[in-house]
Amino acid sequence: MLARLNVALLALLVPALSFAGDAISATEKQPLNLHAIGMFVLFVSMTLGITYWAAGRTKSASDFYTAGGGITGFQNGLAIAGDYMSAATLLGLTALVYTKGVDGYIYMIAFFAGWPIILFLMAERLRNLGKFTFADITSYRLNQGKVRTMAAVSSLTVVCFYLVAQMVGAGQLIKLLFGLDYNIALFVVGALMMVYVTFGGMVATTWVQIIKACMLLAGGTLVMVLAMSQFGFSFETMMGQAVSLHSLGEKLLFPGTLLPDPVTALSLGLGLMFGTAGLPHILMRFFTVTNAKEARKSVLYASGFVAYFFNVILLMGFAAIIIVGQNPEFFEGGKIGGKIVGGGNMIAMHLAKAVGGNLLLGFLSAVAFATILAVVSGLALAGAAAISHDIYARVIRKGKATETEELRVSRFASVGLGLVAIVLGIAFEKMNVAFMVALAFGIAASANFPVLILSMYWKGLTTRGAVAGGYAGLVAAVLLVVFSKSVWVTVLGNAQALFPYDQPALFSMPLAFLITFIVSKLDNSAEAQAERAAFDDQYVRAQTGFGAAEASAH
Amino acid sequence: MSTNASQNAVYARIRKNPRFAELVSKRQGFATLLSVIVLTIFYGFFMVVAFNPNLIGQRLSEGSYVTVGIAAELFMFIFFWVLTAVYVKRANGEFDAITTEIIRDASKEVK
Repeated sequence: MLARLNVALLALLVPALSFAGDAISATEKQPLNLHAIGMFVLFVSMTLGITYWAAGRTKSASDFYTAGGGITGFQNGLAIAGDYMSAATLLGLTALVYTKGVDGYIYMIAFFAGWPIILFLMAERLRNLGKFTFADITSYRLNQGKVRTMAAVSSLTVVCFYLVAQMVGAGQLIKLLFGLDYNIALFVVGALMMVYVTFGGMVATTWVQIIKACMLLAGGTLVMVLAMSQFGFSFETMMGQAVSLHSLGEKLLFPGTLLPDPVTALSLGLGLMFGTAGLPHILMRFFTVTNAKEARKSVLYASGFVAYFFNVILLMGFAAIIIVGQNPEFFEGGKIGGKIVGGGNMIAMHLAKAVGGNLLLGFLSAVAFATILAVVSGLALAGAAAISHDIYARVIRKGKATETEELRVSRFASVGLGLVAIVLGIAFEKMNVAFMVALAFGIAASANFPVLILSMYWKGLTTRGAVAGGYAGLVAAVLLVVFSKSVWVTVLGNAQALFPYDQPALFSMPLAFLITFIVSKLDNSAEAQAERAAFDDQYVRAQTGFGAAEASAH
Repeated sequence: MSTNASQNAVYARIRKNPRFAELVSKRQGFATLLSVIVLTIFYGFFMVVAFNPNLIGQRLSEGSYVTVGIAAELFMFIFFWVLTAVYVKRANGEFDAITTEIIRDASKEVK
């Protein structure tokens, strides 16, 4: 059913892609970059070594899904930062500041502001109630079959869109940075991801994310410091030059085309903030720590790293306006102000080359590649958990599957997801995939978040309400994005968008809450009574952690 | 691992303990307060972006490129993070101490 839903969605999108493809010129293949390849090989051998070590420690389901629950708050904070900051963060947001100025910073605060809310309202309850997936929480006192299926469908939808966006980005980037063919690049990424997840489970995934986070923080900081040194570390000097050189001039300092109207601005704020709190691969990270104490610390460290890095990116973007934007080397045909070599997403890479030469470019390329690997691994693991833990073990086998059987399914699922990611990545090669990340956040905010938060806070929630609201949010978010300009006009080639905004959350998220609320209120069945009565015990466990899944002893 | 029945008995005891009510109301109150602060500032900022974008680009002082928008955002990044640190400190200290005490009392009485 779930496969059919995704296939249906794709069938909707694929024919249109070939049209859109012509408009987007393919990125140029670059000569082999030896520094980058050397550093990347180093990263891969290190992570494969860790995977080998992790494979020996991945014996139980708990090891596979949550690294046995023994990750410390600091490690998990780094891993969350590594999971959350995708290549889109490094490349896309730097490019956004470069082209639109302060708009990029507004995007970043919306990406960040979800974290304190997750800490205050969710972190502790997530850890106290959950075991392997967030569906453990939503189905805690509700109907296992129906609620888990719904949660798994929306999780897999989010994972697939996010995964495709990452894979397409990976292919383009690797082609450009390493001079590898697009399809080969996808196979490399897909294969490595399958190896990490299938053999190393959450232990390997966590360490890949930790190493990647450290590389990203170090690489970004180095580029930023070298770039700022050209302006005597003065923000004023840099901004003065940036404003005078940029085609937007003073407008660089004002909200612009990205946030053209109040509805878009608010919808974006809502979608990014609560989407973060509904991403299955992020939520899953909360089950890897020992207890609620460590879960809270995870957020403290993660949000610190994320906040720091966003500010680094702001400086990189502004510095690039002068350092990259005035250097003919980085424009096609050497024409300043023309097309950027390799496309707009390459700004951060060009900046690295301009301030640190080929060596720094190589390092940052390896960082970008590592970033993609870490994020796709986290996604694949979350997707595999939805398939094996929620659908197979709990819905199909109704909790009767042995751990060995469940683990076997999860490994097949990881390999399956890897193959799906490669195939979709190839199918979507020529497409502007930016809307897919927005869609993933929109669905997470509209389908996952409302049911999750209500299941933890509202006694009145019933199975019917959760299922109705969850599916309503999912369908509404997908339809609104399909009817918006970025798909209906740009991809499908229609003249006029049916939905005038790009961000669905402002409409689909309240809709999901409303339907969940109304349907639950109207539900007077015997099951509903029992579900409400079961809230009290769940509430005590959510508050105290008594009875929570324990860390397995290693 | 305790059986479900004895686990439920512990839950029932915890619920009856006045310290539990105290813990919940204190911690929830604190978390709600901090959330309201974050949401108010964040959506207040987005309201300004939405309805008065010109204010965002206003410079704080003549000849400086630090605008209201950049300053407000930097403030949010730092302030929100400080709030998370404040919450973690209090929850991991004061609140967790009460939690441990409640669980210990309830488990003891059941046995």
